[in-house]
Amino acid sequence: MSNREPGFDTLAIHAGAQPDPATGARITPIYQTASFVFDDVDHAASLFGLQAFGNIYTRITNPTTAVLEERVAALEGGTAALAVSSGHAAQLLVMHALMQPGDEFVAAKKLYGGSINQFGQSFKSFDWHVKWAEGLAPADFEAQITKKTKAIFIESLANPGGVVMDIAGIAAVAKKHHIPLIVDNTMATPYLCRPIEHGADIVVESLTKFLGGHGNSMGGIIVDGGTFDWAKDDRFPILTQPREEYNGMVLAETFGNFAFAIACRVLGLRDLGPAISPFNAFQIIAGIETLALRMERHCENALKVAEHLKAHDKVEWVSYAGLKDDEHHAMQQKYMPKGAGAVFTFGVKGGYDAGIAVVSNVEIFSHLANIGDTRSLIIHPASTTHRQLNDEQQAAAGAGADVLRLSVGIESVDDLIADLDQALAKI
Amino acid sequence: MNHDNYDDAYLRDILKSVKSIAVIGASANQVRPSFFVVKYMVSKDYDVFPINPGQAGKQIAGAMTYASLAELPQSVHMVDIFRKPEALPGIVEEIFQMPERPKVVWLQLGIRDDDIAAQLEAKGIKVVQNRCPKIEYARLCGEIAWTGFNRRTISSKKPKLAKGFQHFGLRDE
Repeated sequence: MSNREPGFDTLAIHAGAQPDPATGARITPIYQTASFVFDDVDHAASLFGLQAFGNIYTRITNPTTAVLEERVAALEGGTAALAVSSGHAAQLLVMHALMQPGDEFVAAKKLYGGSINQFGQSFKSFDWHVKWAEGLAPADFEAQITKKTKAIFIESLANPGGVVMDIAGIAAVAKKHHIPLIVDNTMATPYLCRPIEHGADIVVESLTKFLGGHGNSMGGIIVDGGTFDWAKDDRFPILTQPREEYNGMVLAETFGNFAFAIACRVLGLRDLGPAISPFNAFQIIAGIETLALRMERHCENALKVAEHLKAHDKVEWVSYAGLKDDEHHAMQQKYMPKGAGAVFTFGVKGGYDAGIAVVSNVEIFSHLANIGDTRSLIIHPASTTHRQLNDEQQAAAGAGADVLRLSVGIESVDDLIADLDQALAKI
Repeated sequence: MNHDNYDDAYLRDILKSVKSIAVIGASANQVRPSFFVVKYMVSKDYDVFPINPGQAGKQIAGAMTYASLAELPQSVHMVDIFRKPEALPGIVEEIFQMPERPKVVWLQLGIRDDDIAAQLEAKGIKVVQNRCPKIEYARLCGEIAWTGFNRRTISSKKPKLAKGFQHFGLRDE
């Protein structure tokens, strides 16, 4: 094919997936195998020395998973990607490649509750330290940067509150201090927003959510934007120092603009081990083929549900950037004009008990801790996903006692509205 | 030639048509990119001639090394250059003095000089700049996709299997 740039929907179906070279199977086969035989000793040595391309062991590469990786890299506009067992595993591997003991990174307070725990609690065991930006503005991030800062981490569309971050503004701060900007694009997906185009250097995603889209497979991904100059200074030694285990190879020199993805694979994934199952990769590949269609419907339904709740007398407030009078609407129009996503929060009159009553009485919405499924989901963050946070942290994360979070599915929207109405009537 | 963005067809045509490659600045150090390229192109059945005065008379990845282009025992279709930009004018002089000029001069990743490219093109030599032939070969045949690399190309045709278990190819033989 000539260098005509394929459209998003074409990439969602074709990127990475040629017919199988051995059989001609048109759908990517599930290479459900732990290992791959070598041609001979020299071939094996070349593979272990990173001198040849090929598969050794499914913990490190797998042909089914490779299709998923190239597809998401293409959709995000990155140079390469690495799929792993979950979104949390993706974040762990990114930080493993960037951070040395004692190092810091700056993160937004508006994050998925699980990320707040991972950063604030578990990462302390590695002597990696998160500094929380007080507000959402680029200056709030810059204020937390010190000599030890190795990255900035934000969500493009923040969970759970429907906050749209100023990606380009924060990217400018990262660039000024020569640190990479990591953007979790799980809630927006590349259909709504491509953070690399706005200055992000690394994108992470939970594939379990909208990309897979059917709530049936765990997965996470790291996309290398290919934009960061690792070799500019010696602040990222994993990429710029000779690696003993690869006979002194310098990854940034050998792999150029996809060295970060390689580092996460041949050091992080190889040694820490959170590989995705090829079967899960297969399911997620199939899901991605309909990403654009699903996201269109998700956004359309979410907007109708948000408008309905906004006018409901049992509802105190609705936080959805798709609403014209929402404080994040201008940012949404700038960064994700095709829609504000499917996940948003609203506050019920009556606080904690009223919130519990709604999640207990819905009949179509499922009460569970996930987002981005075809079916509609509801959760009361204060009693579940954000339970480990104190009251102040819950409020800061947009997960106070009265808050309910919806992930609006692609069912008939009238049924979703009727379901919420009957549950709200029982408060 | 637009050196900002090569058509895949241009690169594929070069990699399918050349059979012999001189690699100026080839390294005997097994973790250097200039060793990788020699080894990979040898594995794809190109006749590779490493050029490195310090290694002349020895083999790099199974290929005999020569001190300079002038000492090559035969003509070559392509010259791949792994040297600092300031070495380029001298190398171009050597190329022009070859009894039979190469069809292609390839400048490695990180090396770009549009004036040099214009001089070569004026003599009918095709030029590729700021690219790696190993990466481009592996991208166009599909092997590099196993590393999660974004090839920026799509196809409904199956990759061409080459010898062995895990090898794709571009060339017909």
